[in-house]
Amino acid sequence: MKVLVPVKRVVDYNVKVRVKSDGSGVDTANVKMSMNPFDEIAIEEAVRLKEKGVVTEVIAVSCGVTQCQETLRTAMAIGADRAILVETDAELQPLAVAKILKALVDKEQPQLVILGKQAIDDDCNQTGQMLAALTGLPQGTFASKVEVADGAVSVTREVDGGLETVKLSLPAVITTDLRLNEPRYVTLPNIMKAKKKQLDIVKPADLGVDVSPRIKTLKVEEPPKRSAGIKVADVAALVDKLKNEAKVIG
Amino acid sequence: MTALVIAEHDNASIKGATLNTVTAALAAGGDVHVLVAGFNAGAAAAAAAQIAGVSKVLHADSAALENGLAENLAAQVLAIAGGYSHILFPATASGKNVAPRVAALLDVAQLSDVTKVISADTFERPIYAGNAIATVQSSDATKVLTVRTTGFDAAAAQGGSAAVDTVAAAADSGKSSFAGREVTKSDRPELTAAKIIVSGGRALGSNDKFMEVLTPLADKLGAALGASRAAVDAGYAPNDWQVGQTGKIVAPQLYIACGISGAIQHLAGMKDSKVIVAINKDAEAPIFSVADYGLEADLFAAVPELVNSL
Repeated sequence: MKVLVPVKRVVDYNVKVRVKSDGSGVDTANVKMSMNPFDEIAIEEAVRLKEKGVVTEVIAVSCGVTQCQETLRTAMAIGADRAILVETDAELQPLAVAKILKALVDKEQPQLVILGKQAIDDDCNQTGQMLAALTGLPQGTFASKVEVADGAVSVTREVDGGLETVKLSLPAVITTDLRLNEPRYVTLPNIMKAKKKQLDIVKPADLGVDVSPRIKTLKVEEPPKRSAGIKVADVAALVDKLKNEAKVIG
Repeated sequence: MTALVIAEHDNASIKGATLNTVTAALAAGGDVHVLVAGFNAGAAAAAAAQIAGVSKVLHADSAALENGLAENLAAQVLAIAGGYSHILFPATASGKNVAPRVAALLDVAQLSDVTKVISADTFERPIYAGNAIATVQSSDATKVLTVRTTGFDAAAAQGGSAAVDTVAAAADSGKSSFAGREVTKSDRPELTAAKIIVSGGRALGSNDKFMEVLTPLADKLGAALGASRAAVDAGYAPNDWQVGQTGKIVAPQLYIACGISGAIQHLAGMKDSKVIVAINKDAEAPIFSVADYGLEADLFAAVPELVNSL
């Protein structure tokens, strides 16, 4: 069976982002970009399913600017077979991405779509669920374990208070949590091989999708700064401060 | 304008996160209705009717709704969504699972983790792991949001007297089924609701040490236990103790970070705490930049000493 894995190009998770002084957004010029960490986990899971013989083809897809090709090449270096870039300079919000992905699901007919649970830039945690809704497919979000058997997939989910397991009929949409797997490092030979793999480029209009944003960002600000704290000399001083200054313990 | 709050419950009682969500709904203006969708959930519906500020409770009862499966719960919300200007979920695992599904089916955008309601269509939400706060305006007819519970006070659980209306339950989608649940047993306060949190990082070294060193402190303070991602990944603490961008977001009165370096992703989950204490032997650890009180010391000596002096 075929698996579709959407991946997003985001500001690298180690970068401390800066808010632009005019309040229009976050400064992303000349900042290191990488694949969203949850999407790496998604690709890794798809490739592992292929290595187990459950999956025959892994297709990586990304939506956004031309540079997303790098993200797709990384996905192919991890083990995706081919890639699709839905190229646009427009600001894409989760609903628009979900609509683009629905058009690709209709075309490619994958049995599984594996996405990251959230992108670390907009922190939305929506696209997988929205795609499942638009395609009428069941969803297994925040997956920490995935098992495919007999036309169904068992997904163990990380929920508040512990874990729960749901069984979904195929096709289905899954979103990955951190503990699903440990993504492999890409090796130089695989990076070279990935350059030869097929990468198709389409436009949202080719897929008949209107990507106009529904949410307008009025401004972006720095979060309130915490006032500078102090270092205490020892435990006794700490207890004294907590009791008498902060008054947070009795 | 009427807002619909999707209650989080265990079929017997209402979870605390629902109360914070009601406060956010009241801030958006208009009447507030609460949907209790579950199985044999009469007690939860009755409890919802007591919440101050709620004018009506809608109760849908069916076996298909027992475990909050996204497909069935979203269909249930959709069946009654007409006429509501706002549909609000708590930003919990359950709310995050279902809200985007509802929004997409209504063909509207969804706003995640709203921390402030500025007006009926304008909201604040953190982005980039809380390193920036975006003010956003929705142009959709129905606003579907998840509410960050630490951003809003809890509505009073008593004092309301809403009518409970029974609504027809949505049919089972037949595409998903519930197979089981593994609950982490804990006698401690719930992490997201605790007034004091004692949290440990990789420096604890093992699960045994984590429990041996931090449990007495948490017991003494009546605190919940939390952990950094490093500690969870290393197996020192269960997954659902993780505090951070990808774990729980907490804002207790007192947060004590023991052996936690303070990566951006961890700070995202706790930097709205009222008082932050850091105990770390690395003077350069970033956690000291957000801590109100920092103690540069070996936690294996400092934490037991702290327990003794409390």
